[in-house]
Amino acid sequence: MIDDELVQLLTPEGERVSHPDYTSTLTGDQILSMYRDMVIVRRLCNESTSLQRQGQLALWAPIQGQEGAQIGAGRALAPMDFTFPTYREHGISWCRGVPPEDVLRLFRAVSNGGWDPQKYRHHVPTIVLGNQVLNAVGYAMGVQRDGADEAVLTFFGDGASSQGDVLEAFVWASSFNVPVVFFCQNNQFGISTPATTQSKVPLYRRARGFGFPGVRVDGNDLLACYEVTRAALENARAGGGPTMIEAYTYRMGAHTTSDDPTRYRVDAEVEVWKHRDPIERIKALLVREYQTKPAVFDQVAQEAEAFARKLRDDVLAMGRPDPLSMFDHVYTDEHPLVQEGRREMSALLAAGVGHA
Amino acid sequence: MTTTTMTMAKALNEGLRRAMERDPKVLLMGEDIGKLGGVFRITDGLQKDFGQDRVVDTPLAESAIVGTAVGLSIRGYRPVCEMQFDGFVFPAFDQIVSQVAKLHKRSDGVYRMSMVIRLPFQGGIGAIEHHSESPEAYFAHTPGLRVVSPSTPHDAYWMIQQSIDSDDPIIFCEPKSRYWEKGEVDVASPSRDLYSAQVRRAGTDVTVVGYGSSVKTMLRAADAAALEGTSLEVIDLRSIAPIDFPVVTSSVEKTGRLIVVQDAPRTASISSEIVAEVTQRCFYSLRAPGLRVTGYHVPYPVARIEEEYRPTADRILDAVDQVMGFES
Repeated sequence: MIDDELVQLLTPEGERVSHPDYTSTLTGDQILSMYRDMVIVRRLCNESTSLQRQGQLALWAPIQGQEGAQIGAGRALAPMDFTFPTYREHGISWCRGVPPEDVLRLFRAVSNGGWDPQKYRHHVPTIVLGNQVLNAVGYAMGVQRDGADEAVLTFFGDGASSQGDVLEAFVWASSFNVPVVFFCQNNQFGISTPATTQSKVPLYRRARGFGFPGVRVDGNDLLACYEVTRAALENARAGGGPTMIEAYTYRMGAHTTSDDPTRYRVDAEVEVWKHRDPIERIKALLVREYQTKPAVFDQVAQEAEAFARKLRDDVLAMGRPDPLSMFDHVYTDEHPLVQEGRREMSALLAAGVGHA
Repeated sequence: MTTTTMTMAKALNEGLRRAMERDPKVLLMGEDIGKLGGVFRITDGLQKDFGQDRVVDTPLAESAIVGTAVGLSIRGYRPVCEMQFDGFVFPAFDQIVSQVAKLHKRSDGVYRMSMVIRLPFQGGIGAIEHHSESPEAYFAHTPGLRVVSPSTPHDAYWMIQQSIDSDDPIIFCEPKSRYWEKGEVDVASPSRDLYSAQVRRAGTDVTVVGYGSSVKTMLRAADAAALEGTSLEVIDLRSIAPIDFPVVTSSVEKTGRLIVVQDAPRTASISSEIVAEVTQRCFYSLRAPGLRVTGYHVPYPVARIEEEYRPTADRILDAVDQVMGFES
């Protein structure tokens, strides 16, 4: 369909296909559970877009179309693995157990992180493209030194694949053979810049040049994303070193709510990808193979609606942070300039000096 | 007998060794720091004694040295990164200002970026381009970072250990032109607080403030001024960010005159900050405008003419004449 070397276990029509290296190990219950994850995460995305349009969020970065890649990769993680996301890994955050409203703190501009990264073993979102990929490799160097049975999964996109930090991370991971898996979601666009501008060769082939395997997986195929990621993480934990996974997918929505994709891509292309929707194909599989009844899908849909209502309530309840909180956690110890700033602002606030 | 005479390079080496012996989470990362012992031999012999996992010869990529140190800090390690030269820190600048400086804040205090970035800085060694830079102001300007610089072997020995013990990220600026100068190191008597300034020579007429390699130059100027009957009080900042202003201002309140000395260009620099702050805090004590003896607003010059660029004792004395002759 897209590439001879594309790993696919489920066609867009929801029919299973075999692959020499990967076999789906998921049970019907697991597939249904992951279907539910995808539906809820898509609902989270839609609700967040609405909240942004209503002025309740400063920005939103949609993941529509990438749910299969993220739930597939996210469910392949072991509890002690550590993840390093970008700002678009809402599906991974969901899989890590981060409370959904916490995912929106960044976008409501009430926090520059949003959750306790050590508690969920999920790093705070990184906005500077590619920085987190090096941070992940460093973390994996620590795992290696600790002799721990853990792996690190880090995310970036086709756009960030041009960043020096990502390529330096490849060199480092290879030279030191660290337990890291690079998960690149090639969603075809870095805002407006097509993936073909980032690379003249398929991205997964870059890995070979750095000395570790690269795999291109159908990013809209939940089953394939799960198996490919699981195998790569297992290999990393067993001392086999890094793997790069290119999840070949498509960003169905805008880059962010500030973007207008009609200026740089044609509807026909979007239509083609609509037929490859990751949720629809799992639904087709569930119906065909597991005789899942419409009532089950209705129940998931209702659950998603209730989820969205609660999410909305939780977000609207997030008030403006105390302005003095900007002085917290700049340093671990007291710092004279931070103290001076806190004193100065406290005095201004006490005197009722306003914003005008 | 706990006092030994050694070079600053050896003092740093010994300080790193002590820190590594004390805490197994301390590890060193950098280019050519293992087998070679670093281009300045600061880490000489440490890989042999602590192994390749703790003294890591890295690929040649500064952003990755710092970027992976971030991940190691998250994992609970205390990495000490060596930037081979000041001019090569810039590929790592993004990781330093975007991640190292901000992750404690961004994680609401969960992460501690307990790391040290060692930076041989300032000129005076006759090197080619990009080997004599003074980039300290960039880092001092960045909230979340601390910047320190020892000027003596004793401080080098203790300050590197104190920096490694700190839970805040520290840019550790080493005055490379002083690496081979010897001094007394008392290994039983720790230096004062890492962020405090120190009066190196008491005086009454002019307060002269500087850090790193400038301190020795200021002391030479003070010797010469004394022969002419002018008494300079020499303050070694030690901490460039934050600056220990109480030590500076109490001196200026006494002398009424201020001169700040640095290798770096003048505009928007550490010296600018000190003059502005002292003017605000000591306005009624000042008997002359604060003067700055600094590098010029030009790219660091070729080494054959670098001594005309760098602050010398003569240039400091010229500034002393100006502030002493100022009539208000």
